[in-house]
Amino acid sequence: MTVDTSVAPGHVPGPLSRPMSPVGVGGGAALPVRLQGVVKSFGTLTVLRGIDLTIPAGQFLAIVGRSGCGKSTLLRLLAGLDTADAGTITIGDAARRAESPVRLMFQEPRLLPWARIRRNVEVGLSGRGAGPQAGALAQEALARVGLAERAGEWPSVLSGGQKQRVALARALVSSPGLLALDEPLGALDALTRLEMQELIERVWTAQGFTAVLVTHDVGEAVALADRIVVLDGGAVAADVTVDIPRPRQRGDAWAAAIEGDVLRRLLGGASQTTNGLVSPSGALPVATGPQA
Amino acid sequence: MSRLRGLLPWVVPLLVLIIWQAGSELGLIRATVLPAPSDVALAGWRLLLSGELLRNVGVSAWRAGLGFTIGGAIGFALGLLNGLSDLSQRLLDTSLQMVRNVPHLAMIPLVILWFGIGEEAKLFLVALGVFFPVYVNTLHGVRSVDPHLIEMAGAYGMSSRALIRRVILPGALPSVFVGVRYGLGITWLTLIVAETISATSGIGYMAMNAREFLMVDVVVFAILIYALLGKVADSVTRLLERRCLAWNPAYRNA
Repeated sequence: MTVDTSVAPGHVPGPLSRPMSPVGVGGGAALPVRLQGVVKSFGTLTVLRGIDLTIPAGQFLAIVGRSGCGKSTLLRLLAGLDTADAGTITIGDAARRAESPVRLMFQEPRLLPWARIRRNVEVGLSGRGAGPQAGALAQEALARVGLAERAGEWPSVLSGGQKQRVALARALVSSPGLLALDEPLGALDALTRLEMQELIERVWTAQGFTAVLVTHDVGEAVALADRIVVLDGGAVAADVTVDIPRPRQRGDAWAAAIEGDVLRRLLGGASQTTNGLVSPSGALPVATGPQA
Repeated sequence: MSRLRGLLPWVVPLLVLIIWQAGSELGLIRATVLPAPSDVALAGWRLLLSGELLRNVGVSAWRAGLGFTIGGAIGFALGLLNGLSDLSQRLLDTSLQMVRNVPHLAMIPLVILWFGIGEEAKLFLVALGVFFPVYVNTLHGVRSVDPHLIEMAGAYGMSSRALIRRVILPGALPSVFVGVRYGLGITWLTLIVAETISATSGIGYMAMNAREFLMVDVVVFAILIYALLGKVADSVTRLLERRCLAWNPAYRNA
């Protein structure tokens, strides 16, 4: 991955209810992301074939696609766990990355079973020299996900949803500039999943980081994201703006229409969709089609 | 109820003692084959009064402790090194596995030629015996740390030192403890053999000396002391295990 210092164009204000400033409560500055011609292969299998994507600072982007479309690979590239074979990935500039890092939330909580909850959250401050403040910062991050009183317990006594909340606190404690979420709610039951979605939206609104969520649940993408990118065969097949004001209502007809549109694209019906989605309330401008 | 449960493990040993005593009293067990428990206890009391018991137990415990520490430390260090470094494992593991297949007690004649019957011979044998179980289990423990956790630590910018200290060592610890408990068993086994064959002190020497004078009660007492020392060492390890692995539900209030 080549990380150059050219910063993507200035902050594009998010949708209606988003705070205008990219600087969040946690003190981190949201990082803009730009991918240019990103290619990634594993052996003879080309997983990503030339991805071009610009994510303005502070945007909540969802990436949806079938299994094996390359969405998780794209996220691993953003998090720096893998390197691209070709193309460039620019995530803010080095100075801002040092201050507000890129953090990844995995599909599994990946907590250290031998460390108490607070110590697990402190892992999020690794290499950031938080020193004696670490404990207090971790406690504050735990409070943000509603688990302040469980700080002294072992991870093994927590439920799956609570463990994922600890993992979220671990990602938030360093005031990330970019939070990459790799289907973090995939293994949770439906109700816990809804609670987690609300929590993620809440902390994103409060801290104002750039968020990239990989999911196969289109409903989840529509509920959370400003914008949904559909990946198919390692390329961007559609780029949909979700222009629904927050807080969003579940089961909203507008959301259902966008969900239906994205699902059609996912199932390969992209050629039949017209450019511009008709929402139930009339003519709402919803940008569709691959972005230039 | 919990008190009764605490006594439960001692029911069988107690029963054996009662049957043994009764068998001796009734003349079913001849005293030259197996003296009554009361006679064995008396022999133990005499040894305690003469100071012989404490001196020999002290010598044996010292040999066990030092030999175990040397062998265990080398085994742990090499296990960690080979677990972390592919190069080191390729270089050393095959050789170590070959040496491992030689029963360490088969080295006794050679060890006597090298060190005579001094302390070094016993320490060497104990250390050699302890080395392998600790090495093999440490290596296995390091290798079986969840790669997902290691990847997470890397993604969160953990330094290699922190990675070893906070992820790899705690992850390998349950396996290391298995090696320690195996090693302790081997420690006593090695010591019995080494002290029986070539020593002028220690519990094994005490038993061999008593055999010369046909003091069966002392021989039996020495054997019981070994059982007791082994049990004490194992209990200490279990206590440590429960403290260090409290995070693991399998070890909690076991």
